[in-house]
Amino acid sequence: MDNNGNIRDRIQDAMAGHDARYIEIRVEDVEGSHIRYRGKELEEIGHSTGVGGCIRALVGGWGFVSFNDLDGLREKVATAVRNARLAGEKDVSLAPVEPVVDIVPPVVVKDPLAVPLHDKKSLLDQYAETIWRVPGVTTSSVRYGDSRRNRILATSEGTYIEQGQVDVSMHLSAAARDGGEVQQSSLSLGSNGDYSFVETLHGDAETMAHRAVELVKAPQVKGGEYTVVLDPVLAGVFIHEAFGHLSEADHVYENQQLRDIMVMGRRFGGPHINVVDGAAVPGLRGSYKYDSEGVPSTKTYLLREGSLVGRLHSRETAAAMGEVPTGNARAISSQFPPIVRMTNTYIEPGDSTFDEMISDIKDGLYVRNWYGGMTTMEQFTFSAGESFAIRNGKVEELMRPVLLSGNLFTTLENLDAIADDLDMNQGGGCGKGGQSPLPVSNGSPHIRIQKCLIGGTA
Amino acid sequence: MPDRGDGLMASGGNGKDRGNPAVDPFVEALLERAMKVSAAAEVFHVRHRDEPVIFEANRLKLVESRESAGVSLRLIKDGKIGFSSTSDFRNPGKLVDKALEMSPFGPEARLEFPAHRDFSPVDVYDEETASFPVEDMAELGQAAVDRLVRHSPDLTCDGTVAKGVTTLTVLNSSGGAASYTKSVFSVFLHGTVVKGEDMLLVSDGKSWCRPIQDTTEIVESIEAQLDLSRTVAQAPVGDVPVVFSPRGFVGALLSPLMAGFSGKAVLQGVSPLVGKQGQRLIDERFSLWDDPTVAYATGSRMCDDEGMPARKLSLVSSGTIGTFLYDLQSAAQAGVESTASAHRGISSLPSPGSSVIVVDGGDTSYEEMLRDMGTGLVVERLLGAGQSNILGGDFNANVLLGYRVEDGRVVGRVKNTVISGNVYKVLENVRAIEKETHWVGGSIRTPSLYAHSVSVSAK
Repeated sequence: MDNNGNIRDRIQDAMAGHDARYIEIRVEDVEGSHIRYRGKELEEIGHSTGVGGCIRALVGGWGFVSFNDLDGLREKVATAVRNARLAGEKDVSLAPVEPVVDIVPPVVVKDPLAVPLHDKKSLLDQYAETIWRVPGVTTSSVRYGDSRRNRILATSEGTYIEQGQVDVSMHLSAAARDGGEVQQSSLSLGSNGDYSFVETLHGDAETMAHRAVELVKAPQVKGGEYTVVLDPVLAGVFIHEAFGHLSEADHVYENQQLRDIMVMGRRFGGPHINVVDGAAVPGLRGSYKYDSEGVPSTKTYLLREGSLVGRLHSRETAAAMGEVPTGNARAISSQFPPIVRMTNTYIEPGDSTFDEMISDIKDGLYVRNWYGGMTTMEQFTFSAGESFAIRNGKVEELMRPVLLSGNLFTTLENLDAIADDLDMNQGGGCGKGGQSPLPVSNGSPHIRIQKCLIGGTA
Repeated sequence: MPDRGDGLMASGGNGKDRGNPAVDPFVEALLERAMKVSAAAEVFHVRHRDEPVIFEANRLKLVESRESAGVSLRLIKDGKIGFSSTSDFRNPGKLVDKALEMSPFGPEARLEFPAHRDFSPVDVYDEETASFPVEDMAELGQAAVDRLVRHSPDLTCDGTVAKGVTTLTVLNSSGGAASYTKSVFSVFLHGTVVKGEDMLLVSDGKSWCRPIQDTTEIVESIEAQLDLSRTVAQAPVGDVPVVFSPRGFVGALLSPLMAGFSGKAVLQGVSPLVGKQGQRLIDERFSLWDDPTVAYATGSRMCDDEGMPARKLSLVSSGTIGTFLYDLQSAAQAGVESTASAHRGISSLPSPGSSVIVVDGGDTSYEEMLRDMGTGLVVERLLGAGQSNILGGDFNANVLLGYRVEDGRVVGRVKNTVISGNVYKVLENVRAIEKETHWVGGSIRTPSLYAHSVSVSAK
């Protein structure tokens, strides 16, 4: 921050003497660059900086104010308090936490912001060329982005935290066309502070380009129920949608019926299923030391041996449910209030293997890679990037991508095998409440689901 | 290059001849500074303020006041485009330096900045929206929530009532100058009913440039969803006649269809519509417009985000493929004129897209469609749509809200159901198009669309 010298004093002064139960001020600055290729041509290269802040105040309900201009902080606090008074009917309380004073530099292995522009461009040139060397590619896209974010959090309870984060992401895609048929294949990767993560994707880029070309000729899958085996990437998306979102306590805490469903100890699947979320798991895209409310990150078991044992909290949801905050209140930027979010979510390894899983499948699908996933708690979807037929225990021909549809109460029950090959997908951005894309990771070993509903031809 | 005089932090004096709303002096100063070091330059500036009141679990929970501003600079140096953006207005010099630093690596500039300064006005601002009291928004939202809870006491209702004002300015070195202010008022309500292991989600909402003081239409739509959904019915499977309600049409078919009209996708050769202009690919009862001149629609605007005068575009005329959507750079690459379709945020270059989508009505009533279909499916809301190969026109989604139809009437809500198909195959020959058209949100107006058959799978 340019005026870092006195920012702490300015914030403390602005916060003092208002008639509110709790006030927090967050201020951040961000700097980053992006490069995009569409086809063989560089389409865009740009640099951006930003500064902003926000104030959250609690009287009865919440008041929130956000801004780019850091002048007049004290009046902005007064506006937040006024807003909170207007929203005054709710009786919100916050779970107690110890105030923290800390300065946390970003975790940086190879700083993307220190890599010369020329080197980034030549890396992207190589990826574009690699994709275009594959015959049959109609077009490609290569997108790179990096950012360094410095966040300050100060609360009326005495917390003052400065925390840095460096993020880097790469997205590659290739498309092929045959007449009116267009098919595509893509690859997303990201890292918390390590440029070298995105430096060695040449082989993956080539495989991806071949895949797009092959998909144009691939047959469509017939809709219906299948035994499916998911690769770690798609299985990570699956667990994020199937159970991760419902573990976010803000979906549950004010709805008694949902609280009854999500009661601790309830069984959702077999004893081989263990699911974890945690920003305290180090070295991943969703890792951090403190959340946006200044609560230290944790590692939380959501399912242990198939039963519900934990959920993700902000201070507010923890207080409302009589549980302990887990450090999952995250705001994507200083323009938004923190809400309960996932961090690094994964299914722990089991004792099966991929070969064992497919060995007794007569007619099934091996689904890999991902387009995305969505959930409304009971119903959820996850979209594969490619599928392969499985017949009589063998992976056979490539098929078109499919959408898989699940149900909270049956799909986890039908998850009957987990391999031992856990892998994390670091390319995801999660969207919730208009805050997207939030850096998260998710992962899993290969898993098998019986009777999974798939969209396709009649 | 026109002579614009000196003055790094001109206090507005240089802008008096422009005949447009007062341009932020920072914007003018930035352009002047950029023009000194480049062959051509453009500044895009947005100032935004909005105030949402947010309801959670049937009660007012949060009141927000949000302000943001940002500026981006695009300059052309040695034939290449440099680009930088910021929300930090303290150092305009850094913005120019960064854009210059980017330009040697940047794309070749094919575009020329337009010189338009006079625009036909389009109504997108209402002072009543801007000055609508937040207390009244809270009251209006609470009344709508209360009414829904009276209708269905087991409903948990969340919602947002919001007002916002955005001022957008584009200024360039060709003398082009555009600035306008838009107001948007919106009401969105979401309800959840949980019964045992069944969850029902209902919702509706609307955005408009003028205040939405009467929420009856939104509330009645949600009440109708609740009434139709009380019973769960088995979905018909196989190739099934399907009515896409206006929201169902938007959810399932509109994005894969619009993907094909992107001038960029056409340039890259990945649009299924490449080389099909002037050909009848779609049912001749189907006409689709992009009309940014509709008064008070939230997507309307007098000019696009590059300062090109907005106009109504015919995308599909009686089934025949019309124009594709271009911004300046993609138009220059394609050797055509920009269609004034540029959209942009602060931190990236423009891209072509639609503004206000209008699908013409047909000749059949909604009730006639249901009567005609025998056993079929009404698709109202989808989950996971758009997360598939939309470039190729495919759609694939879980039916989040949809109804089984028997003998012309809805008999219940379907669950654990997915639909799958290709928008071009569906639209090639539709069974019927609804007479009436309906606003979905504040920038799409469409009738229901009745497809002969769509592949439906269900548990």
